[in-house]
Amino acid sequence: MPWSLFDHKTVVTALGIVWLGAAAEANAYTIYVSNEKDNTVSVIDSDKLAVIATWKVGRRPRGITLSLDGKWLYVCASDDNRVDVVDTSTGKVVRNLRSGPDPELFILHPKGNPLYIANEDDNMVTVVDVETNKLLAEVPVGVEPEGMGISPDGAILVNTSETTNMAHFIDTTSHKIIGNVLVDSRPRVAEFSPDGKRLWVSSEVGGTVSVIDPAIHKVIKKIEFRIPGITKETIQPVGVRLTKDGKKAFVALGPANRVAVVNAETMEVEKYLLVGQRVWQLAMTPDERLLISTNGVSSDVSIIDVQAAKVLKSVKVGGYPWGVVVGPK
Amino acid sequence: MVPLRSLHWLRARQGVLMLGALAAFLAFMSLAQAQAPPPIDIRIALITRQPPPPPLYEFDPVPEDEGIAGARLAVRDNNTTGQFTGHRYALEEETVEEGQDAVAAARSLVGRGVGFLAVNLPADELLAIADALKGENVVLFNVSATDDRLRGADCRPNIFHMAPSRAMLTDALAQFLAFKRWRRLFLVVGPQPGDKLYAEAVRRSARKFGLSIAAEKPWEFGPLARAKADSPTTAGALTITQNLDYDIAIVADEAGDFGDYLTFRTWDPRLVVGTQGLVATTWHPTFEVWGAAQAQTHFRRTANRPMRPLDYQVWMAVRTVGEAVTQTKATDPGTVRQFLRGAEFGLPAYKGSSLSFRPWDQQLRQPLLVVQPRFLVSVAPEQGYLHQRTPLDTLGFDQPETACKLQ
Repeated sequence: MPWSLFDHKTVVTALGIVWLGAAAEANAYTIYVSNEKDNTVSVIDSDKLAVIATWKVGRRPRGITLSLDGKWLYVCASDDNRVDVVDTSTGKVVRNLRSGPDPELFILHPKGNPLYIANEDDNMVTVVDVETNKLLAEVPVGVEPEGMGISPDGAILVNTSETTNMAHFIDTTSHKIIGNVLVDSRPRVAEFSPDGKRLWVSSEVGGTVSVIDPAIHKVIKKIEFRIPGITKETIQPVGVRLTKDGKKAFVALGPANRVAVVNAETMEVEKYLLVGQRVWQLAMTPDERLLISTNGVSSDVSIIDVQAAKVLKSVKVGGYPWGVVVGPK
Repeated sequence: MVPLRSLHWLRARQGVLMLGALAAFLAFMSLAQAQAPPPIDIRIALITRQPPPPPLYEFDPVPEDEGIAGARLAVRDNNTTGQFTGHRYALEEETVEEGQDAVAAARSLVGRGVGFLAVNLPADELLAIADALKGENVVLFNVSATDDRLRGADCRPNIFHMAPSRAMLTDALAQFLAFKRWRRLFLVVGPQPGDKLYAEAVRRSARKFGLSIAAEKPWEFGPLARAKADSPTTAGALTITQNLDYDIAIVADEAGDFGDYLTFRTWDPRLVVGTQGLVATTWHPTFEVWGAAQAQTHFRRTANRPMRPLDYQVWMAVRTVGEAVTQTKATDPGTVRQFLRGAEFGLPAYKGSSLSFRPWDQQLRQPLLVVQPRFLVSVAPEQGYLHQRTPLDTLGFDQPETACKLQ
């Protein structure tokens, strides 16, 4: 496919979503959803908003991302202790990457290589070359590493550790930890703003999103969520996505079954959208028209109109959808 | 500095990979050493009593390291975090032999600089230790005693309760039964003092959640659940459930002497709940949501067996110390105690919400698992049980009804 890295802006977010809009002839994309409980990936057409294929992958697929050209789908097969590489033209697993034990979530370098993998069971971040399948480094981090974010220039990798409750800042050249920021309980996702000046970290059990200044490693704002009729305990932020203009943010709130729409500049919550049950991860289409949320307990994804901030449709997928990534058609 | 298992992991790699990994590891070590002053030591002890030798054959024996294995895992978790915060946690495992004085052992631990003491002992011994250490700068964690009096008239300001109280356990079951509309209970009470207390908790929970005790009988037929299949039984044991009108049997049998016997031996087709059958507990091998699957694999890999409720309760105690130290940056037990009592403290413990202590009796608020032997049936509090503070306070003694007076 004739994607060039240079004729459009490439932004890689915490789940490794690749924005590939500019060169495409139509605004139709393919949405890939990893189904944790039944070891498959559901493939959804963004025009039809329907599942067009279901692919078999390794056991307990969670983190999911795409190569920059959209040809290869990378899936964390957590219980097989490897990363599956799926050919998106055939839907077949063509090879595996070394990943270290229990890979949960990963992020691709903005240039497309290497892949940074959080090993949940092993308190490590593994760095693997996706071409040669060589391990480049292992970085010891806190207990149960999960969230992975990378700065737009690729210089700083951030890993969150769920039980240590920290965001670890890792220099991607030296693979050294250069800073640790304490956040609220069970940090799940780390997401840089497109300008790289803010880092958003969601705390699932703490119920907050910490906005961090990555230059000084300090929390500058804690966003809290209040929903009438919903107890504080059920508000569990996980997935975070920001629009390219840095104006809007979306936060998935787990068993509160809602996605919060946040003004990313004032960091105030504007609205809550009712989605399926136990919403975890989010992804936007490259044109930022649609936002997709994975709803684990109801085994579906909600399709949200970003501009109107409205839920358009639910699409049934496999068992316990976990991660989501959008690529070209 | 780096957990031992990471080293094993390194050993498993070969050649260039090994070098890369080693380089990262050394880089990390040198970084940690260059940046940090020497770590501050925090000493935590677990005091436990040597269990009596098991009988000739026990199909599910209590593991020798029950509880201790949970402490070991938690200390490792604490240290992984501690390497970033400059804290080093050490665990002292103190096993008191038969005839040995637990109070003297506790005193000696405190004398050796232990500031946090997890106590796996019955209520009376726990109270003796708490009173002997009154005035000392030490925080105690009750990891196993479920007695309601420890959270009531006999509460102590230096004890935090990780184990749920009997009232919490029976409230969890009562909520489930009320939710199912199985409201008329047949209560069978064992001969042990704990059984009587459990039965009392059942009666209280029944009143609280609108259930009724349709019938109640003592169990007088011995430990039939422990007897061999060919041992004689008595007519009384076979007919105890006859001619009764009830929805569900609830057994008060903390020793496990007859509850399993009664299951499937009731006259009418009725289910059994309570201390056997469907039970309320803090942990179960089939529990996997909220990240619990990770905890299960972690534990199994270090201890070579599934995690048991006592392991989990000790794990929570040691992690509570770690969380408080990380959050306050203080290691003084007195400061930690104040922090644990406050609204700022929160312990993530694979239960989907942050756990905290009730300031009126220092009991850990926690969801409880309602389980049958091989399946997670429900998690208490049940949906729809509301509370002005948190639904977790629908389990156990609430502030207005507590008999506890902490200074």
